[in-house]
Amino acid sequence: MHETKAPQVGFGVTILAGIGLLVLYAAGGHPQLEGLLWFYALAGLGVGIVTGAIRYLPQEHTEEERHPLLSSDEMIAAAKADLRRADAPEGAPDKERRTVLRLLGGAFAALGAALVFPIRSLGPDPSDDLRETPFAHGVRLVTVDGAPIGSDQLGVGEVVTAFPEGHTTAADAPTLLIRFDEGRFFPVRGREDWVASGLVAYSKICTHAACAVGLYENVTGVLLCPCHQSTYDVNDGARPTFGPATRALPQLPIAIDSEGFVVAQSDYPEPVGPGYWDRTNNL
Amino acid sequence: MMRAIVRGIDERLGTARMTREILNKVFPDHWSFMLGEVILYCFIILVVTGVYLTLFFDASQQEVLYAGSYVPLQGVEMSRAYASALDITFSVRSGLVIRQVHHWAALLFVASMLAHVLRTFFTGAFRKPRELNWAVGVTLLVLALVNGFTGYSMIDDQLSGTGLRIGYSIVLAIPFIGPWLSSLLLGGEFPGPDILSRLFVLHVMIVPSIITLLIVIHLVILVRQKHTQFPGKGRRENNVIGLRMWPTYAMKATGVFFLTSATLAALGGLVQINPIWIFGPFRVADVSSASQPDWYVGWLEGALRLMPAWELRAWGFEIPNPFYPALLLSGLTFGVLYAWPWLEARFTGDHEIHHLLDRPSERPVRTSLGLGTLTFFGVLFIAGSDDVLAVWLDVSVNTVIRILQLLTIVSPILVFLISRRVMNRRLQKRKERGEGPPVRVGHSRWEALVAVLLAAGLVFVTVSSLSSKSPSDLPETWTAEANAGLTGKQLYDAACAQCHGERLEGIFGPAMGPNTDSVQMSDTLLQAIVFSGIGKMPPMPGVLTEEQVQAVILYVRQVQAE
Repeated sequence: MHETKAPQVGFGVTILAGIGLLVLYAAGGHPQLEGLLWFYALAGLGVGIVTGAIRYLPQEHTEEERHPLLSSDEMIAAAKADLRRADAPEGAPDKERRTVLRLLGGAFAALGAALVFPIRSLGPDPSDDLRETPFAHGVRLVTVDGAPIGSDQLGVGEVVTAFPEGHTTAADAPTLLIRFDEGRFFPVRGREDWVASGLVAYSKICTHAACAVGLYENVTGVLLCPCHQSTYDVNDGARPTFGPATRALPQLPIAIDSEGFVVAQSDYPEPVGPGYWDRTNNL
Repeated sequence: MMRAIVRGIDERLGTARMTREILNKVFPDHWSFMLGEVILYCFIILVVTGVYLTLFFDASQQEVLYAGSYVPLQGVEMSRAYASALDITFSVRSGLVIRQVHHWAALLFVASMLAHVLRTFFTGAFRKPRELNWAVGVTLLVLALVNGFTGYSMIDDQLSGTGLRIGYSIVLAIPFIGPWLSSLLLGGEFPGPDILSRLFVLHVMIVPSIITLLIVIHLVILVRQKHTQFPGKGRRENNVIGLRMWPTYAMKATGVFFLTSATLAALGGLVQINPIWIFGPFRVADVSSASQPDWYVGWLEGALRLMPAWELRAWGFEIPNPFYPALLLSGLTFGVLYAWPWLEARFTGDHEIHHLLDRPSERPVRTSLGLGTLTFFGVLFIAGSDDVLAVWLDVSVNTVIRILQLLTIVSPILVFLISRRVMNRRLQKRKERGEGPPVRVGHSRWEALVAVLLAAGLVFVTVSSLSSKSPSDLPETWTAEANAGLTGKQLYDAACAQCHGERLEGIFGPAMGPNTDSVQMSDTLLQAIVFSGIGKMPPMPGVLTEEQVQAVILYVRQVQAE
């Protein structure tokens, strides 16, 4: 390091790169070149300063004494004595003093409680929101563009993401409308009339962590959530077959209205999406 | 003049003594002590670049039709937050570089924290009297993770929306208070009317303020307790040997600050990170299949993926599946991390004050526990990309998950046992030969460090300038007129290759080569997808004419046939 010219070179590079940046900015900028010139400007400075410090500044090591942090006994005793100054002076009404102290504590507690209440304003009671989606009896299923879906629109194995009419951005509403393979589909017992004209509708929101269950393999009838690889069997009530999901995708009971469009028979009969503490309570 | 000012200040504040104390503080000369400094420098860079970004970012959920300079998304409905992030990327001069430097700095911030925690752990620097500062440090790590998450979640692109929704599910899973807590955080059911503005205020004000405060406390305690040092010639419990703050150390530290900045500038300018314009705006029914969080959340993501389908249900109540891998695991992790100094003192019965560091090789149990724990989180981290791994190894995701589940349990234990055994044996041999611990020669390693940093930086610069593409060049070339006369391949390279890969191998978008689903798709369907967009793929009317799309499809078919 003794004969090095690194500091001179380093600072020189910084000056050149700085001028380059000015020119570049004026000329309209360019992300890659900006990054490159910033690199040279800052690296030149860094190298110059470090090598300069090694070449021109003292390097000898110093020994510093370390003293125990623990305070001396006298100091501790003195501090204790200082604290004791809060003891009641001779002759003060001790009982009254204690009452006043308790009241002070009560005052702070009441104030604290009062200050906590506004937290409630941060959000509404979640219990109904979590159970309900905009689907209801007779509400049409529409595509993301708002177009109603005809009962004969999908071929076997085809799928479309559907929403309740008028709510195409509702986060709890995305629904997969699938034309199932009649030969392989087994409706869940008691849900035989939840399907209509070869179509079945399941919530698209994963019951594990609420990702959109985006991948459908129509040959095997398997739905796959790309986030954590939960898989569901479309032909068997969207039961989870692999991955961390523990519950089937909720099924939306559907029917065909007089104009031949797909409608919901009701809202989802259970909350869609991931589980929570009292999900199964008061259904 | 100068003298009069200094004297005037001293007259009023008596600063000379304090100044001397600071100027004479002794810093032990070991490279590993610089990891903490790098954290500080990253934080400074984060604040500076973050302030710049704040001047342009608008954390509003109001829906607008994008009319900025990025052609493929023009006319698409999106939140003002996402639109302003696109403006920072494409319209604000130097905006893209600064956004990327900010993101890279966040990654390095957490990475250097992890390295610093490991240094402190393996050398026993957390022992009495430094337990409190260890706890402050662990809190800083937690806050850094929180602020990283709030940062990339508030942009409102498809990737951040997906991450946020997973985060929401995790909060929802908290027993008893989950539903209420998530409603209060978001202002309602997901996504909630206030989520972006709340993330914003957390990200730019509340969390950074606490981080600043804790860094100050961390440093004040450090100065008060003085540095630890490795044992060596002349180094004892009651002294500390090294360079004094002024002038040499201060200069070297300043130099390292600039070298850190230089590395981040090179990364930010040359290595693309979080290309938000590719992901498109957040849509509740869509998901990006390459949804990978930032690296420091990888272990959580992996834990969520490896957790078997199991949860507690009783009396009409349930503790859902994500609770265990996300909340229970991270609670345990950070709980043990906080308590470690006291736990270790309890198990070893060592309640003495230590200023001399341990060599990791002389603490077989602690070191092996640390290595085992690192293995555990390493496996979880790998599991966070199990789908990528499956494609890579050409086996099913199910197989990869089963193997990783097994490895999560087995490998940490194996690593612990093997490492403890090897280390004990080496210690035994050393003892039999009557050797003491190897004495380090107290020479400076600054030169080596500077050389390494510089070499790493140069390699980065070279490699990435050769391989990177410029996203900001796209708007100019991506118009139908400008594209006139280009061949199908040229059009594909300009408009599609960034997502689908130069040989259709797939990057952010799906692979489209031979043996993929797209072979079966009709030309009409492909054309419709290009025009109207699908999932996170932006619609491209105005970018390519019908003939040009057909040319691209023809080219794709050629590659598929090869």
